[in-house]
Amino acid sequence: MDLQTLWFAAVAVLWTGFLLLEGFDFGVAALLPVIGRRPADRHLMLRSIGPLWDGNEVWLITAAGAVFAAFPGWYATWLPALYLPFVLVLFGLIIRAVAFEWRHSHHTEQWDSTWTNVIVTGSLIAALGVGAALGGTTLGLPIDGDGIRVGGAFAGVTWSALLGGVAVLAYSMVHGAVFLALKTEGPVRLAARAFARRWSLVAAVPLLAWAGLVQLREGTAVTAVLWLVAALAVLVAWASIRVDREGPAFSAWAVVMLASAATIFGAVYPVVVVSSIDPAFDVTIAEASVSDYTLTVMTWAAGIGLPIVLGYQAWTYWVFRKRLTADPETPHADATEEQVRA
Amino acid sequence: MDVLDVARWQFGITTVYHFMMVPLTIGLGILLVVMHTMWVRTDNPEWLRMTRFWGRIYLINFVLGVATGLVQEFQFGLAWSEYSRFVGDVFGSLLALEALLAFFLESTFLGLWIFGWGRIPKKVHLAALWAAVIGSIVSAYFIIAANSWMQHPVGVVTNDATGRPEQVDFLAVLTNNTAIAAFSHTIVGALMVAAALLVGIGLWHLRKRRLAGLSPEDVDHSVWRRSVRIGGFASLIAFVLVAVTGDYQAKLMYQQQPLKMSSAEALCETEAPAPFSVFAFGKLGSNECDDVHSWTVPALLSYLAHGDFETAVPGVNQLQEEYAAAYGATYPDDPSFGDKAGEPIDYTPLLAVTYWNFRLMIGMGMVSAGVAAYALWATRRGRVPTSRIGVYGSLLAVGAPFVANASGWIFTEMGRQPFVVYPNPDVPREEQVYFFTAQAVSPGVSAAEVWTSLIALTLVYGALAVVELWLIVNFVRRGVTTSDGAPTPGHTPDGDPDADVTPGSASTRRADDDDVLSFAY
Repeated sequence: MDLQTLWFAAVAVLWTGFLLLEGFDFGVAALLPVIGRRPADRHLMLRSIGPLWDGNEVWLITAAGAVFAAFPGWYATWLPALYLPFVLVLFGLIIRAVAFEWRHSHHTEQWDSTWTNVIVTGSLIAALGVGAALGGTTLGLPIDGDGIRVGGAFAGVTWSALLGGVAVLAYSMVHGAVFLALKTEGPVRLAARAFARRWSLVAAVPLLAWAGLVQLREGTAVTAVLWLVAALAVLVAWASIRVDREGPAFSAWAVVMLASAATIFGAVYPVVVVSSIDPAFDVTIAEASVSDYTLTVMTWAAGIGLPIVLGYQAWTYWVFRKRLTADPETPHADATEEQVRA
Repeated sequence: MDVLDVARWQFGITTVYHFMMVPLTIGLGILLVVMHTMWVRTDNPEWLRMTRFWGRIYLINFVLGVATGLVQEFQFGLAWSEYSRFVGDVFGSLLALEALLAFFLESTFLGLWIFGWGRIPKKVHLAALWAAVIGSIVSAYFIIAANSWMQHPVGVVTNDATGRPEQVDFLAVLTNNTAIAAFSHTIVGALMVAAALLVGIGLWHLRKRRLAGLSPEDVDHSVWRRSVRIGGFASLIAFVLVAVTGDYQAKLMYQQQPLKMSSAEALCETEAPAPFSVFAFGKLGSNECDDVHSWTVPALLSYLAHGDFETAVPGVNQLQEEYAAAYGATYPDDPSFGDKAGEPIDYTPLLAVTYWNFRLMIGMGMVSAGVAAYALWATRRGRVPTSRIGVYGSLLAVGAPFVANASGWIFTEMGRQPFVVYPNPDVPREEQVYFFTAQAVSPGVSAAEVWTSLIALTLVYGALAVVELWLIVNFVRRGVTTSDGAPTPGHTPDGDPDADVTPGSASTRRADDDDVLSFAY
């Protein structure tokens, strides 16, 4: 495999990791008004993602950074084509981030509910927006032969972008619900389970449609199989949640994203920005890439750095692995006295 | 204004704003590591309270730094796509490495630190803070290495096919002497910011407690006193280092970007020995160097630039001619230069901006060091200052190192105009890599779009600044509220079960509110 292909794969892995990890914290936030009826439930939901969301968000920063580092031609075509939509995503991410920290820096009911609403709004915008951006670059943006957007400021917001946005949001909501079912105890767990049971089949449709469209246009036999794996995983996830097996449901639902993203990136390869005007204007990895020297440097750095990152991130997930409850006396369902005081 | 100017304003506003949070994060992180380490080593509750109090401010500020940092990363692609294409082979990899090797560390371990109180062993918990703070410092190095490459491009050759620089020596990019100078200067400058905060807030609380007749024997008193002493010493030490690193950096800049430095001195003609301008008057705004007159100290500039009192320092007028001869008197008549195509190039950065920001930076640094010296003197041998002017002056002077940091960067960045990537004079002219700011902006984005984002970002940033300040002021006013220093009943001294207990009702929440140990969620 040449370095450009390797880095295309690396970028795809980073985006997938982001969608998978930040997906559940986007989802939990989006579910706050849906299943967090009492304030205590909402606190519980926020606590379940509190220690994790910031580390998850770094996946976005790293994914965008890797696009810039490995394929500046992609970065410099994709971002300006969706200038205002990207700015909107940034807003979502900014208000969401500050709301997570500031919410508990002052204590009144009003303050609390305001920032909780900000978290919901910011997460909705960010999930929709990042999905739209990925939908645009893989399904088509109105760019000309110089990689410049044709049409007005919102020309990039096409049906394909909307599909991507809805796909990521819908996926994330069920993802968040399964995560809550896995992470919490009590009414939130029950409500989350019910939500996942009701919506998992429907929520997978836009994502499968997106992957299916890319597949129909440029797919190979391998990606066709991947798409089928994704579709099958939806059924497994649905069946598991129906019998209240949250662990398998979470794994299967994660496979839905892994296989869908693999279909999308695998099928669109070697194109990084699809032009909706003329396939001849597509930006490919060869045109967008940096030199082999830089890719080699990056490969070494990522080869050493990424396993370490994965290691310590996994460790923090392990540290915060306990189920949470809304009861202040026993915050962790299965925490013993020693563990709390350790 | 055309799209170039709007995009530059946007970059300036968002970057200066972002850099209000960053030095506080870096500086306070270093001091926080000291406090937390001391607590783990000594088990003295004063250190725990300091860690908790300053840690909260650290977090309120940290998150805004992260949030506004997102805009920085995306902005290169959004508004400066031609720049991103041009520098992609070097610049992008530094940003990606920052995220991968530093920012992950910082974010993940900070989450662990916030939520880990009482949940993981004490020493592991301390190690999490160390990891997070080391992450923020490494992060600063990568970002400054990226910026320094724009100031002084090294480790690249031009690819003739694409006309763009191609990296050939990554180690040279990482060990760029410009980066080493700027990094050391920035870190000690950041330390001054945090130190001034400790001094200002600590003095204010000490005075308030004394006026209220509170005992100087309890833990609270020691917390504030210790904060002032640590802040005062840190500030003075950092100031000395700021001066040393600044001197090194300035000497380097005289070689690498002489026009920036001569503009900062309003030195019009080459002189040997060159005088140092103390105060300039005349029409700095006209950007014609000969309209400016200064009060000067003879030969001092030669000493600052070259370490002796004789060597010539080139003047703005000569340099302007040299640059025009080397890089053209007018921009090429090419659409990629936008409105600037065919226009004459002014190689002199805005004189008023460079001249005054340079002085503001130095002046505010001195003010800050002076306040630190006053604070140490006023608190010597257990004293508590009651001087209203002294204490409120110190509180006001918390802003001084912020201004110094901002003006230093404004000087650095405005001083490299009209280039966004400044030609490296150590390289033969025909092999030099350089890029004009006028070429850097995204060609497909309209001025209306950038105006929209500029206005929207400025409004949101303004609102967030108000909330952040309000939160910090509120929190500072409340201070360390548990007065006896003993652990609150129900809490183990080494842990805080509170951190992971969601208060189930409003009454528990309020009770937690009064407890300094209550933290996060």
